[in-house]
Amino acid sequence: MDIILEGIRQAFILLFSLDPEVIGITWFSLKVSGTATFISLFIGMSIGTVVALTQFPGRHLVVSLINTGMALPPVVVGLFVTIFLWRNGPLGFLEILYTPAAMIIAQAIIATPIVMGISLAAMQQLPRKLRLQILALGATRIQMVWILIREARLPLLAAVMAGFGGVISEVGASIMVGGNIKGYTRVLTTATVMETSRGNFDIAIALSIILLLFAYLINLVLTYIQQRERPR
Amino acid sequence: MKRTFTALILFMLLACLLAFTATAAAQPAQKNVILATTTSTQDSGLLDVLIPMFEKKTGYFVKTIAVGSGQAMAMGAKGEADVLLVHSPAAEKKFMADGNGVERRLVMHNDFIIVGPPADPAKIKGMKKASEAFKKIAASGSIFTSRGDNSGTHAKEKDIWKAAGVKYEGERWYQQTGLGMGQTLAVAAEKKTYTLADRGTYLALKKGLGLDILVEGDGILLNIYHVIEVNPKKWPKANFAGAKAFADFMVSREAQDVIKTFGVDKFGSPLFFPDAGKKEEALGI
Repeated sequence: MDIILEGIRQAFILLFSLDPEVIGITWFSLKVSGTATFISLFIGMSIGTVVALTQFPGRHLVVSLINTGMALPPVVVGLFVTIFLWRNGPLGFLEILYTPAAMIIAQAIIATPIVMGISLAAMQQLPRKLRLQILALGATRIQMVWILIREARLPLLAAVMAGFGGVISEVGASIMVGGNIKGYTRVLTTATVMETSRGNFDIAIALSIILLLFAYLINLVLTYIQQRERPR
Repeated sequence: MKRTFTALILFMLLACLLAFTATAAAQPAQKNVILATTTSTQDSGLLDVLIPMFEKKTGYFVKTIAVGSGQAMAMGAKGEADVLLVHSPAAEKKFMADGNGVERRLVMHNDFIIVGPPADPAKIKGMKKASEAFKKIAASGSIFTSRGDNSGTHAKEKDIWKAAGVKYEGERWYQQTGLGMGQTLAVAAEKKTYTLADRGTYLALKKGLGLDILVEGDGILLNIYHVIEVNPKKWPKANFAGAKAFADFMVSREAQDVIKTFGVDKFGSPLFFPDAGKKEEALGI
């Protein structure tokens, strides 16, 4: 129990003394996971929307694959991204293994199916008649899709939160493709793993608390935006 | 509402842009040196001191990938690392014989110790021979926690079992964690079992662990670290110049002096003993 209190104390000391290493790691974690979430929003939302609004043979198969992808284990993604990015691997010419770019790619792969699955569910939930009505009022197809996205914005924000939450908290892929290099690819989760194996449990707890704190703050802002206007 | 939504998207775009400029500002590729090493060099904190010194002196950027010695050598053998700092002599000799490395130089040593609960159910405390102690652990059926991860420590442990002539694989008292040294020590402490550890990691974690050193000082327990450059003839993409610079640095007077005193202020005794230029045989194997 003492160790937890000591960890909480450490967390506040590290945060309020603006320890440059901790601030650097925290900022870097937010940047990598934020970018990855952003990329996954583009891919996930567009594909999710298309699948939600169209009918085609094999649609059930596609939807089940997307839903399975939501449970994609980060270490599996990490392993495959590593193998692809090896110097002598298929994408080795990019020379980005053990860089922030590799981490963004891996995290985007993890977040995309999550965003896709939730967007799909959100768009499908809209009443079918709404589409007919929008079209009947003379909207083009693109205008219709845009209106539908705006209608579904509250659950879509949930997709953002779930995607971001999924990647900021994962460690398996980040440590494999990033390598936990000090001052370069070290994020809050990989630093926590390392400090634990070094026996610095107080610092590890402090880093976990900082991670939780930032995850909470970001979700607080998103929830505020989401809840400010309830669906009519 | 619409405005907040747009603002949010704009903010994320900005964050995205920032992240990419940060990525683009990274050093040119040939400046990168990938060092594959064992967890003990990182977990003890030694590399946190040596690597900034090296980077400042040479301008190279070292990407330290801390894995077990087995995985480090596998990375070297596939050309995915430039230089190795490892402690698994038999596997290293095979690595060199297979033409994967250019030069293998002695850097430093410390030693392995057999640790266990103070109650010492197998009664091995103070024994001189590690293999005899292992025999007694096996005979008493006390649980032994193994790394089981092909690391240098795991390789050494298997050597000792072999010297003891005990069948251990699949035995009920033999448990493998598959984790690094720090976590394995934590498991052993929690379950009150015996394990083999390198002295550096043990000293770093000692406080609050509740495991005592029971056997030490046997010749077989020597833990020797070598630095090896990956063969650029086999893997043209490897950064040989950077690897050689790092290996040269590790055996330089400057680095050796740091190794000599590292840990003294914190643990009262050094964690590693510098050995550059010595012959492996002179260490007393």
